[in-house]
Amino acid sequence: MQRLRDWDPQAVAEVIDFRGETTVVVPRQRLVPVSEYLAGQPDLLFSFLSDLTPVDRFPIEPRFELNYHLLSLDRQERLRLRVRLPGAEPVVASVVSVWPTANWHEREAFDLFGIRFEGHPDLTRILMPDDWEGHPLRKDYPVEGYR
Amino acid sequence: MTTIETAAGPAEPMVLNMGPQHPSTHGVLRVILELDGETVLKAKPVIGYLHTGIEKSCEDKTYSQCITLTDRIDYLAPLSNNLAFCLAAEKLIGIDVPKRAQYIRVLLTELTRFASHLVWLGTHAIDLGAMSVFLYCFREREEILKILEYVSGQRMMTSYFRIGGLALEPPPGWLERVQRVIDLMPGHIDQYEDLLTENRIWIARTKGVGYLSAKDAIAMGVSGPLLRASGVPYDIRKVFPYSSYDEFDFEMKTATGGDSYARYQVRVAEMRESLKIIRQAVDKIPPEGPFRAELPGIVPPSREEMKTSIEGLIYHFKMFTEGFAPPRGEVYQAIESPRGELGVFMASDGSPKPYRVKFRTPSFVNLQSLPKLCEGRLIADAVTCIGTTDIVLGEVDR
Repeated sequence: MQRLRDWDPQAVAEVIDFRGETTVVVPRQRLVPVSEYLAGQPDLLFSFLSDLTPVDRFPIEPRFELNYHLLSLDRQERLRLRVRLPGAEPVVASVVSVWPTANWHEREAFDLFGIRFEGHPDLTRILMPDDWEGHPLRKDYPVEGYR
Repeated sequence: MTTIETAAGPAEPMVLNMGPQHPSTHGVLRVILELDGETVLKAKPVIGYLHTGIEKSCEDKTYSQCITLTDRIDYLAPLSNNLAFCLAAEKLIGIDVPKRAQYIRVLLTELTRFASHLVWLGTHAIDLGAMSVFLYCFREREEILKILEYVSGQRMMTSYFRIGGLALEPPPGWLERVQRVIDLMPGHIDQYEDLLTENRIWIARTKGVGYLSAKDAIAMGVSGPLLRASGVPYDIRKVFPYSSYDEFDFEMKTATGGDSYARYQVRVAEMRESLKIIRQAVDKIPPEGPFRAELPGIVPPSREEMKTSIEGLIYHFKMFTEGFAPPRGEVYQAIESPRGELGVFMASDGSPKPYRVKFRTPSFVNLQSLPKLCEGRLIADAVTCIGTTDIVLGEVDR
């Protein structure tokens, strides 16, 4: 994490260590440069995106937390990036250019949470029917659904 | 889009819908194929037909209640899902599982991996026309399901693992039964290999089909046998060992072909390695010992304790009405399921119900690479490609 801080002091908002896992909270605007840095640097090489998980913290603001689970195959290390998004405008840049696997993960985040990704090639619903209204995994959407 | 001028005018590619009801899509998968004659120009998988909202339902149940839901995610390897969830919860709370329970978990998970690969081989073979292999594989799987029924009471949706260990003490004589079944298995695998490995038709239909380079595989987030068949040595059991896997002696199998034939070789080799691990586990498991951690408040008391002591009764009551509350925080625990990296992300806000559970399922991510595998090849190869990705739609859609 020292590397990230040395490279760009604004890139790291917070570092959390829990149960042996490191989470780096990155400001929304710095997400793509940080991703490219982590994936591109030859001695870091976080080239594998394991997972992209949104968490809805309604009614706490910032409402959405996006967790990017990175893996470096050469260094055999995991890292988590977190971006916090406001509920009124949950928009963030897409990382498909850095990790193409994010394509379907971002579609799922859009489908179930309503988070928009700028620069995504095809942001459409993936699990719910195409004409569904609402974003089911948000906390204000009931478990039983609407009839 | 290519256009061919014919006497009648320019020809256009045909858009054909494969699925969601189709015998070869291994579930309710819909693939929209754009064809130029028999060549696939574009393939677009459409999913969501089996979406049952498991992640949302988990937020409404206590941690122990969620375990029964996890079986249904990858229904061909239910114990893998149980294990991933329990490991994540144990990591979140910060508890250790007794060694005996860990070894039993390894044994049963490897048995499930073997059973899952049998289903894969049987269905993949029958998609390509080798019908006898299908019946042989399912006959072998029957033996494994009988063992699972003997141990946990259920053939498929076992829910046998609990937070802190196992649900019940395994019944007497189960290790002898396991030993008897796995003694016969290497002979069976040899039988399948005799039928397929050097079979001209099998080779013609799988060699060179569905090629995925190592670079593409990593970029697409592909994991499991697909990644290892492209030459990338990543097996979570070796790289980030869990549940005492580092005490077992087995090899990580990779291949360099990157095509369906290489994936076939990797999975069959994995089946043999699973048998090795099971044999070691049978020797390692001590006949007596705890099958669950001893943690009042998190692990419910035994029935005897509950019926004879007041503390047992109180703990039992509190645990099954309220549940236990782990500390606040988030964890990500990944295991090597038969299909790849099965990860569970668990976020807790200090309440007895998980705040958010996300299942990073390998089939969901591996299916993303289907267009890369299929495009440019014949439509018959599309069937091979779907089979070789070894997807389970319960995992894809959750």
